[in-house]
Amino acid sequence: MAEVALMKGNEVVAEAAIRYGCDGYFGYPITPQSEIMETLMIRKPWEETGMVVLQAESELASINMVYGGASSGKRVMTSSSSPGISLMQEGLTYMAAAELPCLVVNVMRGGPGLGTIGPSQGDYFQAVKGGGHGDYNLIVLAPASVQEMNDFVGLGFDLAFKYRTPVMMLVDGIVGQMMEKVTLGEFKPRWTKEQIEQNAPWALTGKKTGAPAKYITSCFLDLSQLERVNEHLQAKYKVMKEQEVRFVNNDCDDADIVIVAYGSVARICRKVAQLAREEGIKVGVLRPITLFPFPTVELQRLAAMGKKFISVELSAGQMVEDVRLAVGNDVKFYGRTGGIVPTPEEILEQIKKMV
Amino acid sequence: MTEEILIAGFGGQGVLSMGKILAYAGIMKDKEVSWMPSYGPEMRGGTANVTVILSDEKISSPILNKFDTVIVLNQQSMDKFEGAVKPGGCLLYDPNGITIFPTRRDINICRIEATRLAAESGNPKVFNMIVLGAYVAVKGVVETSSVQLALEKSLPERYHKLIPLNMQAFTSGMELVEKEFLVE
Repeated sequence: MAEVALMKGNEVVAEAAIRYGCDGYFGYPITPQSEIMETLMIRKPWEETGMVVLQAESELASINMVYGGASSGKRVMTSSSSPGISLMQEGLTYMAAAELPCLVVNVMRGGPGLGTIGPSQGDYFQAVKGGGHGDYNLIVLAPASVQEMNDFVGLGFDLAFKYRTPVMMLVDGIVGQMMEKVTLGEFKPRWTKEQIEQNAPWALTGKKTGAPAKYITSCFLDLSQLERVNEHLQAKYKVMKEQEVRFVNNDCDDADIVIVAYGSVARICRKVAQLAREEGIKVGVLRPITLFPFPTVELQRLAAMGKKFISVELSAGQMVEDVRLAVGNDVKFYGRTGGIVPTPEEILEQIKKMV
Repeated sequence: MTEEILIAGFGGQGVLSMGKILAYAGIMKDKEVSWMPSYGPEMRGGTANVTVILSDEKISSPILNKFDTVIVLNQQSMDKFEGAVKPGGCLLYDPNGITIFPTRRDINICRIEATRLAAESGNPKVFNMIVLGAYVAVKGVVETSSVQLALEKSLPERYHKLIPLNMQAFTSGMELVEKEFLVE
């Protein structure tokens, strides 16, 4: 019998990590995601599964502890909010280059700078376009409910190991802070050393007599070798674009206007679609679940049906650029910044202007 | 059935936990629920509010600006949220500390002297359960038995001995509602 609980999005990330056999969490507190480490500290998983939970001295230390854990094939994670995630960018580009799996949860807050703790989606570019230096991408998952906060922890770890890449859950503060009913996952044991060697043969698990040395690095001083590394990474991203795109299409096919929105904004827009249809305007909501890879093909399919598009975001206009890349420049944008969340009525006004 | 509720007051009045118990009580009745607190800088300034939605259907937006019921527990919240009640909806308020009373005539207005009763009972901590009792008496979206179950589910076992006291406060709250103004 599946266990149902009433939990905050942040709390369930912690619970899901324990249940999915996570080996280690390294983090530094920051609102609005502090409940993740708080819940872990209350749950004491080190007594239950042996999972390590460590409050590092900084975000830099956190991501480099994750780097170390990932190098040895462990399922490791960190979480932070916007300013803290900025500090982690060096570690993330190193891990992308070294092809190391990990889960990073960014519960975004209003920026730029230290900003405010209100909900935001202002880190879209940073998450989706790489974030650190060099040509790399993260797989970016955007949960819109507490249930998805639970489910994407497991999905995130699976994708991270499948592609040997850091995976980011990009969450707005609303989904992190709200409580909903959630069906918790079954307990999965942590991988044994043998399982790690089987599932992650690249992992550094100790040199054995006669076995070739393994080497994990992001430093390739030979120019042509580094180009080959880049080509390999790009080939990997191409496969992700072909195989890992996830989205939800809510009544877009019979709609005249398609709202593209992710996270909690997509839910607000579901309400907008309902209000609009009550007034005879056919509106649908296309919610990307993966922000990288982006649902370009689905948007192009809808564009071929002659629909109008609007991107609604808690930002000054970031995802809208990817929508425009997919369907052309004629895409409207509406967004609020600074931690302000638009009301359904205010978005509906924008929709009416498009009719 | 969808009931969209805002509870607004001071930090320390038990606003968030009252919302949580209500949400749990909804789960006991197999409803979809969402609980969204104000977690912004305003909570550092002493006020607290929470939006709770109980519904038979999947909940779309967890953030709203119009509510079926608004429960107001201080003057700041009265100023800010009297206007947020849907026409024909319900405003419940505790008159303690209220100097500017509600004036709308398109909503139902109920007064709950919960602060006074909590003080008289000698246990001011049960204030939020009194208010919850009054709310359930007015709207009846959940049953007393569901609230009892919700307390058992949401409180750590070491506090279970306090459940009878809380349920007593809940019941006394049910009898405390004064209907000040009713829309036909």
